[in-house]
Amino acid sequence: MASATRESKPDDDVLVRVENVVKHFPVKAGGFVRHTVGQVHAVDDVSLVIERGKTLGLVGETGSGKSTLARCVAGLLPVTSGRVIFNGTNITRLSRAAMRPYRREVQMIFQDPYSSLNPRRRVGAIIGDPFAIHKTATGAERKRQVQELMERVGLNPEHFNRFPAEFSGGQRQRIGVARALALRPKLIICDEPVSALDVSIQAQVLNLLSDLQHEYGLSYLFIAHDLEVVRHVSDKVAVMYLGRIGEAGPAEELYDKPRHPYTVALLSAAPAADPDTAAARQRVILVGDVPSPIDPPAGCRFHPRCPKAQEICGKVEPPLVRDDSVPPPAGDGEPGPDAGQPAADVPGGWAHVTACHFPVVPGESLAAVGAKGELA
Amino acid sequence: MAIFGYIVRRILTGIVVIWLVSTAAFFLFFARPVATVARELAGHAATPQVINEVINNLGLNQPIMTQYWHFLDGLVHGNLGYSYFTQEPVDTMLKQDLPPTVSLVIGGMILWLIVGFTAGIISATRARSLFDRTTNVLVLIGLSMPVFVIGELLIWLVFQPLYSHGFTWINTGYSGISSGVGSFFGHMLLPWITLAAVQAAIYTRLSRGQLLEVLGEDYIRTARAKGLPERRVLFRHAVRAALTPVVSQLGVDVGQLLGGVVVVEVVFGLGGIGQVSVQAVYQDNLPVIIGFVIIAAVFVVVANIIVDLVYAALDPRVRIT
Amino acid sequence: MSILESSALDAQQAADGQAATRPVEGHSQWQLTWRRLRSDRVSMIALGVIIIMVILAIIAPAFAAITGHGVNTAYPIQGENDAGNPVGPGVNGFWLGTDSTGRDLFVRILYGARISLFVGVVTTLIATVVGVAVGLMAGYFGGIIDTILGRFTDAVLAFPYVILALALAVVFRPSLTIILAVIAFFSWAAIARIVRGQTLAIKEKEYIEAARSLGAGPFRIMFVDILPNLLAPVLVVGTLLIPNAVVFEATLSYLGLGIQPPTPSWGNMLADASNFYQVAWWYLAFPALFLLITTLAFNLLGDGIRDAMDPRTERLIAARRMRQRRARDRKRAADAGQGPAIPDTVNG
Repeated sequence: MASATRESKPDDDVLVRVENVVKHFPVKAGGFVRHTVGQVHAVDDVSLVIERGKTLGLVGETGSGKSTLARCVAGLLPVTSGRVIFNGTNITRLSRAAMRPYRREVQMIFQDPYSSLNPRRRVGAIIGDPFAIHKTATGAERKRQVQELMERVGLNPEHFNRFPAEFSGGQRQRIGVARALALRPKLIICDEPVSALDVSIQAQVLNLLSDLQHEYGLSYLFIAHDLEVVRHVSDKVAVMYLGRIGEAGPAEELYDKPRHPYTVALLSAAPAADPDTAAARQRVILVGDVPSPIDPPAGCRFHPRCPKAQEICGKVEPPLVRDDSVPPPAGDGEPGPDAGQPAADVPGGWAHVTACHFPVVPGESLAAVGAKGELA
Repeated sequence: MAIFGYIVRRILTGIVVIWLVSTAAFFLFFARPVATVARELAGHAATPQVINEVINNLGLNQPIMTQYWHFLDGLVHGNLGYSYFTQEPVDTMLKQDLPPTVSLVIGGMILWLIVGFTAGIISATRARSLFDRTTNVLVLIGLSMPVFVIGELLIWLVFQPLYSHGFTWINTGYSGISSGVGSFFGHMLLPWITLAAVQAAIYTRLSRGQLLEVLGEDYIRTARAKGLPERRVLFRHAVRAALTPVVSQLGVDVGQLLGGVVVVEVVFGLGGIGQVSVQAVYQDNLPVIIGFVIIAAVFVVVANIIVDLVYAALDPRVRIT
Repeated sequence: MSILESSALDAQQAADGQAATRPVEGHSQWQLTWRRLRSDRVSMIALGVIIIMVILAIIAPAFAAITGHGVNTAYPIQGENDAGNPVGPGVNGFWLGTDSTGRDLFVRILYGARISLFVGVVTTLIATVVGVAVGLMAGYFGGIIDTILGRFTDAVLAFPYVILALALAVVFRPSLTIILAVIAFFSWAAIARIVRGQTLAIKEKEYIEAARSLGAGPFRIMFVDILPNLLAPVLVVGTLLIPNAVVFEATLSYLGLGIQPPTPSWGNMLADASNFYQVAWWYLAFPALFLLITTLAFNLLGDGIRDAMDPRTERLIAARRMRQRRARDRKRAADAGQGPAIPDTVNG
């Protein structure tokens, strides 16, 4: 899978560059001597970019590798191979000490509001942790900043001596946001931040995140499995399947004209609020379960479940290619100095890219295609 | 035949442990200035001549590794040196003193296991009843009592009054089975109770707790819903599951048990290897103590292997590893 | 912030969930535990006994002064009867009688309490510090560190203490320092094992991952994030270790491997008393009684703390209060000789 891999200059539009990242987990068997019997291919050769001040949404089912990828970008997991470049600096194999300044620039918000906060510590201490760890504020100054943060995210600053148990789920997520915001990071990685919340609360937290993005110029890597949520918050969206990116592109573009069969299926399954739209939609039902990442299928990983699969799909891995029918936005230069290199083919860029031998064309109905699987 | 490999592995580990303990004991005692060791072995009142004799006889002047080699050599052949108090070979001494200890351990173990499990099971099945509450109080008292206090109290409150009224069956000291089964039991009864009391308290509490947990599990509820008689549910399913952690606790407890054995022997004057070893400390009788240390290590290792085997028999998951 | 904004915030919180308008300070786990413990009468009595025992031990010299009897002073004339045997309680100004050489038993018991409590508390403190450190590191770092530390912990746990005590008694003369070392050595393993288990479980929680993503180093995570979640079980085990240590010391002294006479320890006093129980039952009974009361009190307190830490106990406490209240109401109604009282306000 080809892609431009030039190091970006710090004043580029690109904040984070992920290049050909691979993350495998060894599977060990017991016995007298524990040895490795296989690998979990959690993330297999993924590249993407995150632009400054923009949100990249990462969608996929459980087992697609999106959480693993997020942790690789956050530096919580060492990559098996590949590079992560943040603001021009290669942060892939840094030691813990060397990573420290990077930690101030990248923060994470976690999925479960009930286990992402230490139940035995007071909320003020939790939010104050970043200041304590990086020694940027102490004592009264720290308290002031903590209370400022609490106010900013919509919490009562007088509650900073309370314990997490005394807050609701939505409030706890706000605490998590406050903690992530403390050191004014450039990038916040949101790992399914609203999946565990009630729908009405989801909206509030998403709005908060959006406000903060405008106010502080934050970039987000937003991970979710719910397409509608992602659509609402993202500028660019990438769809992952079994450790690889199947399709990526600007949000509206992807939702209006999905090209990868998997994306089409996902979109068709999302509930539509408007009954007319729902009726008009053709449900594409995929047959079978997601295969195990220990032994991914050969060729295109989606081919066992794909209604459009042909013989080549089981043999050759489709590369991520740009949809040439979509013109680049005006002013956004065509591939620059190193012309000839499709620089914008990286997921997260302005182009709409798909990895499929037989992408879905507009107007095509997958449900009508016979071959594999049941008809909707 | 995975179980066979399991046993072999455990035995090999056990041998390594025994070797380590013997080595540690040896270096602890002998890796000191020669004069100190010699004086200890010869006794505090020994004259310089005797000390020199000791040094020469035992080869204390040799390099420490040579001594160690001799030591190991003797060990493998069952030779543990000579008690400098009585001139007897230590291994003969220890063999003589083994029967009281063994009787004490086996009898006590049977007693506490039976009492402990029974009380635990009944308490668990009748939680919060009068029996349960009383048992809890007794258990708490038992846990708070040092073994020697129980022993002394039994002597004072049971043995003494009975004896002074002419009832001499219950007695202190040891009387081997060969001298009459009745007298054997009479001498061993109080020591057994003493040894068993604290352990029974521990096991009652343990088995009660485990059983209560197991009884709350879903598969027990299923068994009852199927209509199985309560007794079947209890003994076929619940007790088995509750038993395994208790058995593994046994393995760890062996260390405590040894302490209890020594104390009970001292209290009742049973003259087993425990008591003899304590006396040996007063007498600075090094070889006896080394002998005891090694025998104790063997005992602990063997006990642990047995416990592991019982555990593997009870819990099918263990055998696979 | 304006009134409108703050009420909007409150409304938002009310909409968010069930955030009650409670006083600003949250109730920490400890405050809740203490409240539950306070309502447990048995534990409170046990705590009282322990406090009394500690006070008695501290002011032991005062009792020596009051009775006029030194702790190691033998009184062959007043302290022994004609047969040369100890005198009983209350005789000749000896509150609890004398021991085999005519020394004041009560004074000696109090001094013995000093030893027991000192050994119990100090060894437990040492064991707790060491145990927590070892358990934390083994649990958090895992891998080879865990294997080594874990195996070592298991070995110590299973080791027969009596062997080491005997061996050390031969090589070194028994002394207070040796006893402290031996008992502490065998106690830390219990705490280490529990701490390790808890650390393993806590390590997987998301807030630990969050701390790592913030850039916290391993030691900060262990002591700031994991440790507060450990304190509860450590406190319970620690409280239960104290009576263990007391019994341990008494046993060692009884066997002659601990505190040596003439320094009084409940253990060595009982060893001597075992030879005289026929003529001086008080010599056996009273030290044993004090020993028992002390250990029992700590065990009860430890159990009480364990129950108090368990939030499920709230139900039992609430049920108990309910019962007490109903009993009180019934009694009041019975006393008044009529049905349940109807407040006047109902009738207008």
